[in-house]
Amino acid sequence: MGGLIPGASTFAGPIDSLFMVVLIVTGVAFVLVEGILVYFLIRYRRRDGGKATYTHGDRRIELTWTIIPGLMLFGLALYQYNTWIDAKIFMPGSDALVVDVSANQFEWEATYPGGDGLMDTPDDIKAPINILHFPVNRPVIIRLTSVDVLHSFFIPALRVKQDAVPGRTIMFWFEATQQGEHDLACAELCGLGHYRMRGQVTLESQADFDAWLEDLEARSQGN
Amino acid sequence: MSTATPTAATHKDYRYAPVSFWRRYVFSTDHKIIGVQFLFSSLLFFIVGGLIALLMRTQLAWPWQEIPVLGQYIYGSTGNILSPEGYPALVTMHGTIMIFFFIIPVLSGAFGNFLIPLMVGAQDMAFPRLNMLSYWFMVPAFLVMIFGFFVEGGTAAAGWTSYVPLSALPDMVPGSGMGQTMWIISLLLVGTASTMGAINYITTIVMLRAKGMHMFRLPMTIWALFITAILVLLATPVLTSALLLLLFDRTIGTTFFLPEGGGNPLMWQHLFWFYSHPAVYIMILPAMGMASDIISCFARKPLFGYKPMVFSIMAIAGLGFIVWGHHMFQSGMNPVLGITFMTSTMMIALPSAIKTFNWLGTLWQGQIHLTAPMLNALAFVSTFVIGGLSGVFAAATPVDIFLHDTYWIVGHIHYVLFGGSLFGVFGAIQYWFPKMFGRMMNETWGKVHFILTFVSFNLVFFPMFILGAYGMPRRIADPYNYTFLSNLQGTNQFMTISAYVLALSQVILFVNFFVSLYRGRKAADNPWQANTLEWTTTSPPPLENFHALPVVYRGPYEYSSPEVEEDWLPQNRELVPAPAD
Repeated sequence: MGGLIPGASTFAGPIDSLFMVVLIVTGVAFVLVEGILVYFLIRYRRRDGGKATYTHGDRRIELTWTIIPGLMLFGLALYQYNTWIDAKIFMPGSDALVVDVSANQFEWEATYPGGDGLMDTPDDIKAPINILHFPVNRPVIIRLTSVDVLHSFFIPALRVKQDAVPGRTIMFWFEATQQGEHDLACAELCGLGHYRMRGQVTLESQADFDAWLEDLEARSQGN
Repeated sequence: MSTATPTAATHKDYRYAPVSFWRRYVFSTDHKIIGVQFLFSSLLFFIVGGLIALLMRTQLAWPWQEIPVLGQYIYGSTGNILSPEGYPALVTMHGTIMIFFFIIPVLSGAFGNFLIPLMVGAQDMAFPRLNMLSYWFMVPAFLVMIFGFFVEGGTAAAGWTSYVPLSALPDMVPGSGMGQTMWIISLLLVGTASTMGAINYITTIVMLRAKGMHMFRLPMTIWALFITAILVLLATPVLTSALLLLLFDRTIGTTFFLPEGGGNPLMWQHLFWFYSHPAVYIMILPAMGMASDIISCFARKPLFGYKPMVFSIMAIAGLGFIVWGHHMFQSGMNPVLGITFMTSTMMIALPSAIKTFNWLGTLWQGQIHLTAPMLNALAFVSTFVIGGLSGVFAAATPVDIFLHDTYWIVGHIHYVLFGGSLFGVFGAIQYWFPKMFGRMMNETWGKVHFILTFVSFNLVFFPMFILGAYGMPRRIADPYNYTFLSNLQGTNQFMTISAYVLALSQVILFVNFFVSLYRGRKAADNPWQANTLEWTTTSPPPLENFHALPVVYRGPYEYSSPEVEEDWLPQNRELVPAPAD
């Protein structure tokens, strides 16, 4: 236990620390409530001849255990705002790499900008099915679409998840920080092949990424 | 000043009229019989839903293995092995059956029907025929859903949430042909039945309370069922509308949810969750109410903070209508809405927390009798706490980016619905069994069932949080296809074996139930020395419930009152006799 699996993006730091904050707050609440419950069950178990204390409650106690948890929960909500805004509302600037990802039953298909570095131009390059490469230390904006049903783009190590909705292009972003191989999983039930809708993600240096893209371009022109 | 004998018609014969078996037990308008009908049919579906869960667990532990002996009966047409299209069907039917055919009918249908007139001191529901009709809308719903298993392509396979377009396009998965249409029709019938029940419950509670039964003298069970009925009445029409639109999209070529014709797939999610999030509370509030009554009774102590408990239920119901978007944080819904839905979702944890603290307050300085119903009610509290706290993680939108649609959510919902609602139901069955059937259930076997269930429940469902932290998505037939999940098979096998133990433990409950039905010790009118009105009549109650309509003098939780020597004081006992002259 002790947290989520190791992360490899700039989101991993803030999201994992928020996870730990919630874990600590709920962990303390859990131990207190269950501890008191078990203690009361032992301490106040049935005794012969005795009667229970006759009370219907106490207004001050009620107010205490309403206001304090209320403020804590509200504070916990406020504490999440920045990370959420950063991850889902904010979009990185012009230095970001834009990649189109199209989901279908049961494959991922990525399209990369060609030599001009721009999307939606004739030199855009389609990567092989289920193969995705991203450079590290550079923001990547994904423009996600689906051609059939709902899917969800989930790379656990990058702490990104976004549903793909047919008829819409949804933009989201991440910035990988460590090189490595990871799985892209589908996280929204999409039919009988849902469990095997696996993409292979390679996070690599900008130079390796450029080389991969050039190689891809050369091969696509060779065909 | 009240008269000693209420004005009910005393000349009436309260024995059951000599009607035919069919009129008495099948087409009955007696709320008690209808409650028992709901109880038996929902328990039947509890078995069906549970067996489907075992098939899923078996697949997750040993994917694509031939199932020895039983395989030929279950997966005979596919070489005794689960087929890839079979798994989404299992997922769909497990969720659908457990939610719509077990938890909701057992809470509102069985206990709502049986308890409301008895606990408010009425002779029956306000509309007995509507009540009968409500059950007889459930029966075709059951049949249509079962029929769906046998149509071409098999049963629905788009998840219990039936997200479009998967559920809207007949060629998307094998089960989204006729099976999906059957699913929609069945749920339309269920929704109609629920709505009829809700109208009846609200009317009965508002109009037919016994003399002296003010709203703030109602037991928590009744408050919870009352608020639940209001939720049903307000939320179900939205589901019904959405189901009809989906049916039109599938059958007559409309495109309400399909982008090709200008529709929006997310609209289904909004409509579905606008119903189904309140429905989550429809599935838990009655259990909260029943657990409150059981805990107060067996702590022999007044419920701590009665009014805060009532207001908490109201707050849960109110906030329940403005949190549905938390199911859609990663759906493509405008992420700005994520902020408001996160805040409302965090705040809905507050009334649940208040309820938990008040349950603890009720136990404080009590005289706690650890009977089988009490143990189950306490398990309700302790597992509901885990369910609630695990929800805080998913409410935190940034953390939810990782946890959404993983096993964390599966663990969360099962701690709330199995750990919460189902332990509440186990407690309620054993608590009210004597009133329903006039016999006691076996206490020792009740405790054995409880201990085995409580331990194996936690062994099945707690590891789901660990799977969630690994990022294991829900509804995948074979997790080991992914490298980041390839080391989790051992954990899954452990959970599956625990699930077998959990399922076998339920055999004890069923045997205890049916043996007690015929062989159980005869129950006294008030075997638990409880205060509420159902215990003031015979076990089982006569036709029209009370030989004389009760008059209520106090709230339902006067345990250990200094006014009397005993540690209970029924709601209808008059302490100061009318002055003799």
